[in-house]
Amino acid sequence: MGGVCIVATALEGTLARTSLELVGGARALQPLGLEVSAALLGHGPGLTAAASELHRHGVGVVYRCDHPLLSAGQSDAVLAALQPVVARVRPQVLLVAADTVGREVAPRLAARLRAGLATECVQVEAADGAVVARRQVYGGRALATLVVQARPAVLSVKPHALDVPAPAPVDGRVEDVDVSIDAEALPARVRQVLREQAEFGLEEAQVVIGGGRGLGGPEGLGLLRELAQLMGGAVGASRPPTDAGWVPVSWQIGQTGKTIRPALYIAVGISGATQHIAGVSGSRTIVAINRDPEAPIFSVAHLGIVGDYREVVPALIARVKELKGT
Amino acid sequence: MEIIVCLKQVVDPELPARDFAIDPVTQRQVREGRPLVISTYDENALEVGLQLKDRVGGKVTALTLGPAAASGDAIRLALAMGADEAVVVDDPQAPARLGAAKARLLAAAVRRLGHFDLVLCGCESADWVERVVGPLLAEALQAACVTFVSRIEQVNGTLLVRRLADEGFHLVEVRPPAVLSVTSDESNRPRLPKVKDIMTARRKPVHTWPVAEVAPQAGEEGPLEVEVREVALPERTTRCEFLPGDPGEQAAALVQRLRELKLL
Repeated sequence: MGGVCIVATALEGTLARTSLELVGGARALQPLGLEVSAALLGHGPGLTAAASELHRHGVGVVYRCDHPLLSAGQSDAVLAALQPVVARVRPQVLLVAADTVGREVAPRLAARLRAGLATECVQVEAADGAVVARRQVYGGRALATLVVQARPAVLSVKPHALDVPAPAPVDGRVEDVDVSIDAEALPARVRQVLREQAEFGLEEAQVVIGGGRGLGGPEGLGLLRELAQLMGGAVGASRPPTDAGWVPVSWQIGQTGKTIRPALYIAVGISGATQHIAGVSGSRTIVAINRDPEAPIFSVAHLGIVGDYREVVPALIARVKELKGT
Repeated sequence: MEIIVCLKQVVDPELPARDFAIDPVTQRQVREGRPLVISTYDENALEVGLQLKDRVGGKVTALTLGPAAASGDAIRLALAMGADEAVVVDDPQAPARLGAAKARLLAAAVRRLGHFDLVLCGCESADWVERVVGPLLAEALQAACVTFVSRIEQVNGTLLVRRLADEGFHLVEVRPPAVLSVTSDESNRPRLPKVKDIMTARRKPVHTWPVAEVAPQAGEEGPLEVEVREVALPERTTRCEFLPGDPGEQAAALVQRLRELKLL
């Protein structure tokens, strides 16, 4: 009884990467001396592989919730399925991924359990018997340290903020949880999933080129794409190009969009609004290309080029091509 | 349809770095003398509410929780954009409160307003970005909840909303009463009030309620408080190295530096 329970999801058939990131979070809480279990939500045969994957990463008991309504985006169904798991496990700490479903589920679960709540955490640890969480505030300009003494505690963890931990296999077991969800009783229900062509592997790419308002229009993205292809990277965008419809929303990098931590991030025509910086500050090396030497992006960049991207990027493409001998 | 839109003013998130400071006592951002703006997504929430009212009729009430002296712009803008009336819950402590406490007070204010079909708020605030107010309001008001919504349509007594999702969009059917948090897209750019709207807005009712009058009911407390131990500015470890020259020279210098860093 008790322990740390991660909310693992396989709502699209396979275990979400974020679920393994939560295992990393649970390991960071080891000083509390609590057993780690997982609620696993989804439907169908994919759950068996997902459970094995959790065992392989050190999760002992997996409480399997299998129901056809546990599919993409069904937050109300997830909330309903978690109820019997929580009643059985009575966890001291619940870790939830702050993804589409998790950002709805975590606060609502905390309200129902009268739990302590910290959302969008980028780091969790234990200190003096308390859960300590860190999260970005003020658009990433500052980092807040929250101490959660209350039990249970519900923490949502920002996707891609934590590393997937190395495997640490255990002989685990799966317990099936009786899940009954009345479809008609769900106040909100996903009727259709519209998939957008995501820029391939934006969150995993080691090189990311980001375009901003300074591109002046969707045409500029062709140059960025060419550079990205040469460097084996992906293209993303800040909020203005997304809001203007130059790029699909799934390309957005920033507080509202994706969080990236590549080895190299090249920001082109991006002024560096805090909203954007919050999503890129984990990049190892940041290069900024901007016409305005006062642009805030230069305050987080390691290397800066003041100039017109229409001249700089083609020169860069030519130089990289030269180097690669093509 | 009865629509309540929550909005608030925050210190301009794009404030120059030199004006950004954390108060060592309160562990919150220093507000004194800093320009305030309406929190990033709140105007989109208002626009979505007004568009819905334009289509199906009803009433839009703007609701803000904050120090009354620092809420005027949000109220004036909301009324000029087309809200029918406004409520200010005057709470000098609001800027220091976390989302859970704010949601509790907002829920009490919504209850005092009476019947509603829809409560709209921004998907996140520009300052603490907890993304909890919408979901916690939904719990407190026993309403349906969908976050990161950009469009709302009314279809046969239910609502069909477009939710921004990790890899695209979800169309979600929601039964009112509901609390929806709103994100931006090209369909909900806030309208610009005309001079006539600004004049008309001056005659619209604005109610100011002291925060003590909207005390939450017992047993509806929501999540427990957590302690904010520290809000720290990250130590600046980077200093931008500017690469000089014409574009060709800059490109060459960048490629060389990236090779040294083994990034190329």
